Amino acid sequence: MNKLKEKKYWKKNLKYLTILLSIWFFVSFVFGILLVDQLNNLRMGGFKLGFWFAQQGSIYVFVILIFVYIKLMNKLDKEFGFNEK
Amino acid sequence: MSIQVWTWILVGITFTLYIGIAIWTRAGSTKEFYVAGGGVSPLANGLATAADWMSAASFISMAGLISFNGYDGSVYLMGWTGGYVLLALLLAPYLRKFGKFTVPDFIGDRYYSNVARSVAVFCALLVSFTYVAGQMRGVGLVFSRFLEVDINTGVIIGMIIVLFYAVLGGMKGITYTQVAQYCVLIFAFMVPAIFISIQMTGNPIPQLGFGGADENGVYLLDKLDGLHRELGFEEYTSGSKSTLDVFLITGALMFGTAGLPHVIVRFFTVKKVADARKSAGWALLLIAILYTTAPAISVFSRTNLIETVSNKEYEKMPEWFGNWEKTGLIQFEDKNNDGLVQYLADAKKNELIVDKDIMVLANPEIAGLPNWVIALVAAGALAAALSTAAGLLLVISASVSHDLIKKMINPNITEKGELIAARLSAVVAVCVAGYFGINPPDFVAATVALAFGLAAASFFPAIILGIFDKRMNKEGAILGMIIGILLMLFYMLKFKFDWFGGGTKEDWWFGVSPEGFGTVAMAINFIISIIVSRFTVAPPKEVQEIVENIRIPSGAGEAHNH
Repeated sequence: MNKLKEKKYWKKNLKYLTILLSIWFFVSFVFGILLVDQLNNLRMGGFKLGFWFAQQGSIYVFVILIFVYIKLMNKLDKEFGFNEK
Repeated sequence: MSIQVWTWILVGITFTLYIGIAIWTRAGSTKEFYVAGGGVSPLANGLATAADWMSAASFISMAGLISFNGYDGSVYLMGWTGGYVLLALLLAPYLRKFGKFTVPDFIGDRYYSNVARSVAVFCALLVSFTYVAGQMRGVGLVFSRFLEVDINTGVIIGMIIVLFYAVLGGMKGITYTQVAQYCVLIFAFMVPAIFISIQMTGNPIPQLGFGGADENGVYLLDKLDGLHRELGFEEYTSGSKSTLDVFLITGALMFGTAGLPHVIVRFFTVKKVADARKSAGWALLLIAILYTTAPAISVFSRTNLIETVSNKEYEKMPEWFGNWEKTGLIQFEDKNNDGLVQYLADAKKNELIVDKDIMVLANPEIAGLPNWVIALVAAGALAAALSTAAGLLLVISASVSHDLIKKMINPNITEKGELIAARLSAVVAVCVAGYFGINPPDFVAATVALAFGLAAASFFPAIILGIFDKRMNKEGAILGMIIGILLMLFYMLKFKFDWFGGGTKEDWWFGVSPEGFGTVAMAINFIISIIVSRFTVAPPKEVQEIVENIRIPSGAGEAHNH
C-alpha cells in the first residue's frame, strides 16, 4: 500500500520534471542558441528577440520555473501526506 | 572626499560587520561547523547561496567579458543561472533528504564504496582549489587599485579576514556573513547600474534601459551595433563562436554549476526538503537580479568606452584613463603618431588595449559618478570575492576532516578532535589559497572556467544517476567518474596547456573548445556508467532502499552524523 503510494508520487514528480525541464531547454538552448538567428528577425522594442532570450528572457523563465516547481511539489506533498510541519 | 578615503571607510565598515557576525555566530560542534546546525531558514540560505555563488568572476569579470564578446557572452548568463533549475529540480531536495554533510558523503554511501568516496574527494579538492585561487587574486586586485597598497598585502589582508570567520564560525559563521555580503554586493552592483541607465536612456531600471533609446530615439543596441561595424568589430548582438560551441559551453556551465560541491552543500543546511526547494528558488531570484543587470552594464560601458576614447585626443583623456594606465590594465600606443586614440578591430592599426576585468570597476569612473559610488563598487567586489572564497574553503576543510580523516583514516576520532581537524585544515587551505593568490600560476583564469567542465564531467552524472537510477551500482559510477574527469583533464591539458603534443583551434575534436568539452565528457560519463552498471551486479538491497527513501520528502530529520 505504502509502496504503491510512493510509486505514484514519484511518477507524478517525474512528469512535472519532464514538463518543466522541456521549458528550461527551449528558452535557453532552442530560443537563445539554436534559433537565435531566426528569432533575431523579430523585434521587441529595442531588442532583437533571439538576443533578448539569450541575455534576459531565459533567466526570467528560469526563476519562474523554480517557483512553479515549488508550488506544484508542495501541493503534491500535501496530497500524498508527505509534507512536514 | 577622495575615492581612496571613501574606499577605506566603506571597506572598514563592511569588514567590521563581517567580523562582528563571525564572533556572534561561532560554531561549537562539527554539525554547526559543516552544516550550520541544519536550521537555517530558506530565505537566509537563499541569500547565503547567492553570495557564495557570485564570485569575483561574476562581480568583476562577467559584465566585462560580455562587453567584449557581445552575444557570445550569453553562455555565462544562461549557463550560470540555468544550472540552478537543475539544482532545484534534480538535486537539492533529494540530497537534503539524504541528509549528510558533504558531497563525497553521498557518493561514498550511495555507491557503498570508499573508492567512490576517494574519487569524489579528489574531484572536490581539484575543483575547489582551482576556483579559490582566482578569488584571492580578485581581492588583491581591488586592494591594489583602490587602496593603493601592494597587491600581495591585499591578498594577505583578505586571507586574515577569511581565516578569521571561516575558522571560527565554520558553516554557521559563513552563512550569516554571506547574508550580509549579499546585501553589500548587490547594492554596490545596482547603484552604479541605475545611475548609468538613467544617464544613458532616462530609464532607472537597467534591464529596461538595456533595450531603451538615447535622446535621439536611437535604440542603444542598434547604436552599438553601428559603432561596432564602423570600427570593424563583429556586430554586438551576433556572435562569432560556432552555434555548436555556444551550445556545449552553455551546457558545461549549467551542468557544472549543478555539480559544484560548495553550492550543493548549502542545501544541507536547511531544516526540511520543502525548505531546500524554496531556498533554491530564493537563491536564483537573488542571483538573477545581478545576472540580468550585468548584460545591461556591458552595453552601457561598451558604448561609453567607445564614445569616450574612439578618435579622441590622447592628451585630453579623462582622469580614469591615466589611473588605469598606471596599473597596466589599459595600454595605449600611438602607432600612427596622430595623437588620437584609434580603437579598432584590426590588430595592426588598433592602438588601445583594455583589460576586460576592469569594465565593472572602471564603469562608474567612465560615467563620471560620485566618488562614494566608486568606493562602493570596491567594497562590493571584496564582498563577492570573500564570500565565495569562504564557501570553497569550507568544502576543502570538510573534505579533509570529515571525508578523509573521519570516514577513512580514523573513524574513532572524537567530535572535539574532528572539529580541531576541520579548523586546522581550513587554516592550511587558506594559506595554500593565499599562496596561489600571491604567486598566481598564469593558468588560474583559464582553469576557473574549466572547473565547471571538471564538475560536470565528474559529479553531475554520479549524483543524478544515484537518485534517478536505482539500478546504478558502484562499478558503473566509479568508472564513469574516472573516465569523465580524466577525459576532461586530458582535453584541457592538451589544448590549454600544450601537454600531450598540444594543438591549436584547428585540432579541436569536431570544433569543440576545451570550455565546451565538459558537456561531451559528461555525456560519455553517463553512457559508460549506464552500460557498465547493466553488465555488473545490482547494488545491495539496503542501497536500493536508500534511493527509495530519498525520493520521498517526509521524515528528513536534521542533517546527521550517523
